[in-house]
Amino acid sequence: MNSGLRAPFDREFAIIQDDLLKMHQLIDEAVARSYASLAGRDPELARQVIDDDEIINQLRFKIEEASLALIATQQPTATDLRKVIAIMHIVVELERMGDHATGIATTVLLMGDEPSLKPLVDLSKMVELGREMLDDSIQALINQDTERAKKIAARDDEMDKYYRAIFDELVDIMARQPDAAPRATYLLWCAHNVERIGDRVTNIAERVVFVSTGDMQELNIKEQQI
Amino acid sequence: MTWCKILGMKSSGNHAKVEVRDLDFYYGHFKALSDISLTIRQNEITALIGPSGCGKSTFLRCINRMNDTISGTRIVGEVLIDGKDIYQDGIDLADLRRRVGMVFQKPNPFPQSIFDNVAFGPRVLGQVNNRRRLKEVVEESLKAVALIDQVRDSLDESALNLSLGEQQRLCLARVLAVRPEIILMDEPCSALDPIDTLRIEELMLRLKNDYTIVIVTHNMQQAARVSDRTGLFWLGELVEFDITNNIFTRPQEQRTEDYISGRVG
Repeated sequence: MNSGLRAPFDREFAIIQDDLLKMHQLIDEAVARSYASLAGRDPELARQVIDDDEIINQLRFKIEEASLALIATQQPTATDLRKVIAIMHIVVELERMGDHATGIATTVLLMGDEPSLKPLVDLSKMVELGREMLDDSIQALINQDTERAKKIAARDDEMDKYYRAIFDELVDIMARQPDAAPRATYLLWCAHNVERIGDRVTNIAERVVFVSTGDMQELNIKEQQI
Repeated sequence: MTWCKILGMKSSGNHAKVEVRDLDFYYGHFKALSDISLTIRQNEITALIGPSGCGKSTFLRCINRMNDTISGTRIVGEVLIDGKDIYQDGIDLADLRRRVGMVFQKPNPFPQSIFDNVAFGPRVLGQVNNRRRLKEVVEESLKAVALIDQVRDSLDESALNLSLGEQQRLCLARVLAVRPEIILMDEPCSALDPIDTLRIEELMLRLKNDYTIVIVTHNMQQAARVSDRTGLFWLGELVEFDITNNIFTRPQEQRTEDYISGRVG
């Protein structure tokens, strides 16, 4: 319900939600660019990702402060309160996703000019999957679509399978070619960062369910944590 | 990132409509207000909060010299509206109170028709000379307080038949009818239920585009919801005065923190 009597809350919440959408866009770009810097061995692009993370961090603080002010001044209750609390959690998840993108970019700088160990087939799929999951979770949040949010958890299982396959392959390479261990480790770090993005998207999906139902529940209890 | 940036407000704010400087106020020998200095800005809502007897209503009445009607009172210091001291000799009190209207705690419509209540001010002040224009002023004022739709067909009926919330909006319309610049509101919602309270708050937010509003309230949540700036009064002193978001999220004074957190006494 968008009641005229709560117009001040609705107006200020709309600003917060717009900022959240901006933050989502920045994260999506950061993830895409960090992978591009890895695939293309582009240290300049990697440095840009690292530098631009500060913009994401500032936006997170802006949203947190505005949410704090909204709670203190407009005293939201019920769904309104859950929406604000959920956003305060979600911006932390988004900001950490920015850190994961920065993690990939930093690894690219560490790799230097060394040739790539193997083609990035599965990693590329992981990045695409992570970006799709993120977009889905934000759409589910905006539309308060619980069913869409719950499906995200299943996709995180797919993400974990990719990661496990990459992990096994890289450990095998390290066992067979000890000289390649540093390069394999760099790739493993990158894959781990992408896998963590999937976990954080799942956390966002959990908050979407919380907004709609008030229930706090884990959507994806992993059989085996790696 | 400051609150001002988040809210799109300038830290310095709008034009200083009312400037109070070094104000002391006495009821006989009792000093009710001590050394109050603050600036009320145009087109903003300024809320004054504090425990009973802290001086916030006394302060409010200093802005339109309503305290003059109480014998034995005395004021030291200055209250300037648009830079002019309202306590200097030669001030036209009737004109001052037209410019600075007031709404009280309990709705106080006159025992007259709805129309006559709103028309009262323009008639007494001779602002309107013909019936057609008077009708326009009454209808504009009732429209401004979102009451016109309910009373359009009952303008000749007694104002006392309205609900409390409607009566309070009528009193606000009565103030608006004389085209004031500043509206003082002394606990305007304390007799109203939560929905009527939100209606008044919604009105205030709309009216601040055209007026400067000062509200005294016991309801801290109301001050938080509706105002741009908030001042905390305590035993006749102004403890803290700041942008409302700051007061309710990061007050600088321990007494403010204690009061707004309910940790008093």
